[in-house]
Amino acid sequence: MKELSSRLALRSILVSYLFILVIMPISAVYLKGFSLGWDPFWKEITGIIAWKAIILTLKLSILTTFIQAFLGTFIAFVLVRYKFWGRRWLNSLIDLPFSLPTAVSGLMLLTLLGPTSPFGKWLESFGISLLYNESAIVIGMIFITLPFVIRTVQPMIEQLDPFEEQASFILGAGKAFTFFKITLPAVFPGIIAGSMLTFSRSLAEFGAISLISGNLPGKTQVASVYIYGEIENYNTQGAAAVSVVLITFSLVVLLLANFLQKWKGRTI
Amino acid sequence: MHIEVKDLEKKFGSFIAIQKASFKIQKGHLVGLLGPSGGGKTSLLRMLAGLEQPDSGEIFFNGNLANSLSIQAREIGFVFQNYALFKHMTVFENIAYGLKVKKQKASVIKERVFHLLQIMGLEGIEKKYPHQLSGGQRQRVAFARALAPEPQLLLLDEPFAAIDAKIRKELRIWLRNLINEFGVTTIFVTHDQDEAIEVADEIIIVQKGRIEQQGSPWEIYNQPSSSFVASFIGESNSLASPISLQGFPDLPRYFRGEDRNSEVKVYIRPEWIEIRTENKYYLASASEPAVVSHVHFRGDSWFIEFQLTNGTKLFTYQSIKEHFLKVGDQINILIHQLIVFTPSETRVLENRSKIDPMPVFI
Amino acid sequence: MRRLFISMTILILFLILFLPFLSIVLGAFDQGADAFLVALQRPESLHALKVSFIIVMIVVVINTIIGILLSIEMIRGTWISRWLRPLINVLVDLPFAVSPIIGGLMIILLFGPNTVMGMFFENAGIKIVFALPGMVLATIFVTFPLVIREIVPILEELGMTYEEASASLGAGPLRTFFLVTWPSIRWAIYNGIILTIARSVGEFGAVLVVSGNILNQTQTATTLVYQDSVDFNMIAAYSVALLLGLFSITVLLILDWLKKRKEDQLNAH
Ligand SMILES: Nc1ncnc2c1ncn2[C@@H]1O[C@H](COP(=O)(O)OP(=O)(O)OP(=O)(O)O)[C@@H](O)[C@H]1O
Ligand SMILES: [Mg+2]
Repeated sequence: MKELSSRLALRSILVSYLFILVIMPISAVYLKGFSLGWDPFWKEITGIIAWKAIILTLKLSILTTFIQAFLGTFIAFVLVRYKFWGRRWLNSLIDLPFSLPTAVSGLMLLTLLGPTSPFGKWLESFGISLLYNESAIVIGMIFITLPFVIRTVQPMIEQLDPFEEQASFILGAGKAFTFFKITLPAVFPGIIAGSMLTFSRSLAEFGAISLISGNLPGKTQVASVYIYGEIENYNTQGAAAVSVVLITFSLVVLLLANFLQKWKGRTI
Repeated sequence: MHIEVKDLEKKFGSFIAIQKASFKIQKGHLVGLLGPSGGGKTSLLRMLAGLEQPDSGEIFFNGNLANSLSIQAREIGFVFQNYALFKHMTVFENIAYGLKVKKQKASVIKERVFHLLQIMGLEGIEKKYPHQLSGGQRQRVAFARALAPEPQLLLLDEPFAAIDAKIRKELRIWLRNLINEFGVTTIFVTHDQDEAIEVADEIIIVQKGRIEQQGSPWEIYNQPSSSFVASFIGESNSLASPISLQGFPDLPRYFRGEDRNSEVKVYIRPEWIEIRTENKYYLASASEPAVVSHVHFRGDSWFIEFQLTNGTKLFTYQSIKEHFLKVGDQINILIHQLIVFTPSETRVLENRSKIDPMPVFI
Repeated sequence: MRRLFISMTILILFLILFLPFLSIVLGAFDQGADAFLVALQRPESLHALKVSFIIVMIVVVINTIIGILLSIEMIRGTWISRWLRPLINVLVDLPFAVSPIIGGLMIILLFGPNTVMGMFFENAGIKIVFALPGMVLATIFVTFPLVIREIVPILEELGMTYEEASASLGAGPLRTFFLVTWPSIRWAIYNGIILTIARSVGEFGAVLVVSGNILNQTQTATTLVYQDSVDFNMIAAYSVALLLGLFSITVLLILDWLKKRKEDQLNAH
């Protein structure tokens, strides 16, 4: 009897913990966003600056996701399939953007792309500037999201049945044909899942981007920086309204990724 | 396709997986590759398919050197042990794959795939995915996929390993008929000697990377070329110590000689042993008295173990229609033949006394 | 082909990962090692590092305990019925999908000066927003899936049989936990803890919003780096950033080592 009640107590604590930590805060954002009703919410997010920030963030996140889907899949294949000197070491380095504080990442990119660094000077000699514009934001997003596609695709490549590829060769198919018809489709769910993580992380990123984007309202200001600005200006309702848009997007993507993961688990 | 393999060798690091393997296979033959686990059966198949490169030796297809031929150009069908079906493709797409690679017309592909589906008894499942199929269905899809591009040589690596014993027996006959119908040269690996003996035109025994013997099932069974083959195929009583048996006056000769004793082996198959309960005096000079020491029911026969007067224990099987024996019964044993292996020769010895004094009935 | 692909990979990773890191190392030592050390020993640097350290300690302890309990309940608890489990799964993943800035905003919305709860705690003499408790809360929100996500797959794979066997042999729940469950999830927990440490040290957006970034009070190592870079106090920014960067690399090395241990353990079976 005593054991039962202590279990019950533990469970209530855990449930309330989840409630306080996750459900309450998220509902708070939605409540605040809609606190004045639908029209002010709509007005907040369609305000010219907020709207442009949302569109910019979406646009660049999608671009980053596509780049990362290709780049990450490519790197994952090279790291799994080819044995070369330093591979293990490179492989551990992939997680650096995850373990690095985002503010530090931002500072790194700021320095590298800035006019004082040799690299920045070299770029400048070609008339290329990668700071305080959209390309800077994309670079920041790519840096931050580098591990996602690689880390979801890698284990899937490792678990591939090597005999499937061999069967394809024996049936007369060449290397490229086999790769695109047999290998790639088999890891495709992983690419999608990793890309969705990439997308939602790109939407969310603040630290690495705020230092290098220049934050020009309406031009290079991303949604998270806009939200930060509104918080600083004590416009929590405006911040919450844009937050609602971002969270909703991420949530949908996250649910899709979860679903895909399960679907993948069922077929294989 | 006629296959010839000459002095093939394959090493994995310093480990020698295949050693000086040579054999020939006639066009249209069905060959069973038999041997203990790790013997090198899969390695041989993989070299024929071009999935592994031999370190030395030659492979000839129809008399032409095939060593440098690419995997794709060998026109081989391969059924993997785990089938290796393409998981993200339907049954139809799996079977059609080899034809698509050859850029066949869609109508031709469709016709061929449906023809194969029908032969394999797979009608109606062409839209399913591999994970929705039973083990036997998967296996037949793998066969159909391998046969679709009309290969010259079909390689099967333990095709029935993952299928339960009863269905396996049916599949053997099915395989035999299928291969006859397609007339394609086939090599299949198996662990199951009954399967090999029943289905194959020829059997190749592989052990520790070496070809131990190649021959018809009858030859392999009745004229094993080494003590390994004799002990590996079928059941045998094996006698290692020097003994003398009635009717085999030459037997002790093989055990003579200085240090040969340990390497001399005598094998007696159970069916070469006849148990007689009456007529003890008939062919007395050819037979041995013995005492039954163990009796065990096997369903379709009795397992009988008995002891000769010199202490040697042997076993045989007796039909359940025969006289029922009990432990301790006195019996009379007639050994019709045995086989002796010495380092230098292999001899099948017939019971001499059986023929000598009087005509025999067996 | 092979050569080309390998070189391309190395080049890409060099450009994306290596060059940025190098630039910060060069930046930190731009004016010699002394300037670097001086910058590190500024009182605001030391204070920021101390604040970060305190937050990490609290967060790790809370996350680990709650993480273990919650994971076990998620897998074992029959009371979590089928329809509730996916929901909890999504809840646990949510912090991954929410921008840290929004995470900070949530805490301001809940505990800010003008909110019911904020006033309640204010009256009780506890300041949450623009103070340590808020920063801890924000960090927990961001990091709490890490331990759980490491343990749950292991527990799922392990199944109930071991624990049932242990219980049937007469071991109590605590004994069962320490003798049976703990050894099998130990490495996953270490992994989760290391990830939690890395993320809590590195957490920036949420903490920036909640802390108000008050010098020598609520400034953490990362917000200090940010402040210094915005103020173009570059040497100072680089010095703390380099310290954090080296810390991250250490974290990677430990994770790598843990992974190898886990693999060895698997191979040993
Ligand atoms: N890729 C490889 N690397 C190293 N050793 C290998 C490799 N492939 C096979 N071997 C070794 O070569 C030997 C022969 O292997 P093979 O797979 O041909 O045996 P097998 O006769 O097919 O055995 P089984 O009946 O168990 O399938 C084995 O000892 C195996 O360990
Ligand atoms: Mg094999």
